[in-house]
Amino acid sequence: MKITVASGKGGTGKTTFSVLFARAIAPALYVDADVEEPNGGIFLKPTIEKVEDFTEPVPKIIPEKCTYCGECARACPYKALVIIPPPAKKDLFFPELCHSCGVCAYVCPEKGALIEVPRKKGVVRIGRAGNLDFMEGILNIGEPTAVPLITDLKKRVKNYKGDVIIDAPPGTSCPVVQAVEDADYVILVAEPTPFGVHDLSLVVEMVEELKVPYGIVINKAQEGNTLVEEFANSRGIEILFRLPFSEDIARMYSRGELPFERFEEGLRKLHARIKEIAG
Amino acid sequence: MKAKEIVIISGKGGTGKTTITTSFVWWLSRKGERFIIADADVDAADMHILLEPDIKKEENFTGKSVAEIDEAQCTSCDICRQLCRFDAIDVIDDLIYKVNPMKCDGCTLCQIACPVNAIEMIPQTVGKWFISETEFGPMVHAKLFPGAENSGNLVTMVKHQAHLLAERDDIPYIVVDGPPGIGCPVTSSISGANFVVIVGEPSFSAIHDMERAAQTAAHFRVPHGIVINKAGLNPTNEKSIEEFARKQGIPFLGKVPFTRCVIDALVEKKIAASACRDVQESLEGVFKKILEVVNES
Repeated sequence: MKITVASGKGGTGKTTFSVLFARAIAPALYVDADVEEPNGGIFLKPTIEKVEDFTEPVPKIIPEKCTYCGECARACPYKALVIIPPPAKKDLFFPELCHSCGVCAYVCPEKGALIEVPRKKGVVRIGRAGNLDFMEGILNIGEPTAVPLITDLKKRVKNYKGDVIIDAPPGTSCPVVQAVEDADYVILVAEPTPFGVHDLSLVVEMVEELKVPYGIVINKAQEGNTLVEEFANSRGIEILFRLPFSEDIARMYSRGELPFERFEEGLRKLHARIKEIAG
Repeated sequence: MKAKEIVIISGKGGTGKTTITTSFVWWLSRKGERFIIADADVDAADMHILLEPDIKKEENFTGKSVAEIDEAQCTSCDICRQLCRFDAIDVIDDLIYKVNPMKCDGCTLCQIACPVNAIEMIPQTVGKWFISETEFGPMVHAKLFPGAENSGNLVTMVKHQAHLLAERDDIPYIVVDGPPGIGCPVTSSISGANFVVIVGEPSFSAIHDMERAAQTAAHFRVPHGIVINKAGLNPTNEKSIEEFARKQGIPFLGKVPFTRCVIDALVEKKIAASACRDVQESLEGVFKKILEVVNES
């Protein structure tokens, strides 16, 4: 079963919850899909067994064959190519604008004048933390979009036998959709502040549109604060679990540690409950 | 003179970008400075919760175009599906070809390749942007529809509108609350900025993310400085942030203490600097440094 942990707002505790949950239900696979800022490894401290490049095809002009007709540059919807016609005969390529869509190669009228070559856009690191399998994507600095790397991670875990916990990026836009869609269940982590509830409502809209079953985990829950509960009740959404607000946890977190044993039993029960809902 | 643009980012979410930005706005306003506020976290815009803008102008934002297949003309030849690199073409019952607008990147390859010209590119409304009034001054903000793409372009639009307003009314500063991460929305929000404030917190994860944010600012050659929020949580980590700043030659702007007062202020929708005296005092120095650097640039 594939469970994605998302949040809308950043810093609400997606990673905290994801690693606690993954460790509690291990054997399983934890996937850090927050490829712009992956943090799960800080807490899980996995032994990395494999590091693979993540590449995507980008165009390369072969000067001997190119007539500099400019078809490729005109067709490129991202303005990543500039062709200066004869007599200058120059080509300029802006890799950070390229989406690797293949339009340039498709429209090129000269066979072999524009070839596609792999360009490294990040890495995928694979390893183990105890009986938990671990995978994370790390996007290179300056790369515009996280979506292809997240897609690549999803392809890699497709045939995993066992439970997969996907730690999603924050927000509600494309990269999050990529991490959430085709999940069997989505856990939304929210904190009980007006910001937390506002961003929770945005991510709820997104998950509703994707028609994936979901529930809410409250992080930094405080006695007497019912902001998230009020929202959840008004929309008929199940509150799955509460991680309490605690300075101890905040201090442990700051050192890259978490109280794994403390919530183990509760999280295993939650796992059983999710299997019941979505299994 | 072109308005000076100050952008607040963090790498990691939840370190206190909005807390610092709204406090900065409050402080500038008390000093009698004139400025435009811009919320560039269009994915999860939050500043309006504290600043309660009164919307004066609202516009649709048209993002990328998305392919649409005309069922009547489609011969189900499968060429588009085979070519699409974004896995955006769904086939229903081996016959009906449909584009998934959430996956379509708008690259036009299917349109170019379709042998019967059954594919058209349709521009999508992916969000809205607003110009509003707040008690501290004009504010430009936006809302990206959930699941939409091109938040980078919407960020660029928000900043563009802020600059137009600043130019029109001769306003010297633009204060931008940035998005988390290091991808396109972040690079759009820091590009062209006079100064980027990176908000770190003394946790391993936030330090890791702050370093990536600093590398991103350096990669795009935007001047930047570091402030530590939630100070007191882990003095060792605070030292290592200061050390990082020193080694990289990044100006260290100061620290903001982690107090219960800030959390209560958030819950009560109050601006931290106005509600918490110690926060106000520590930020005063940070804000003065920011203005010094910006006015030298």
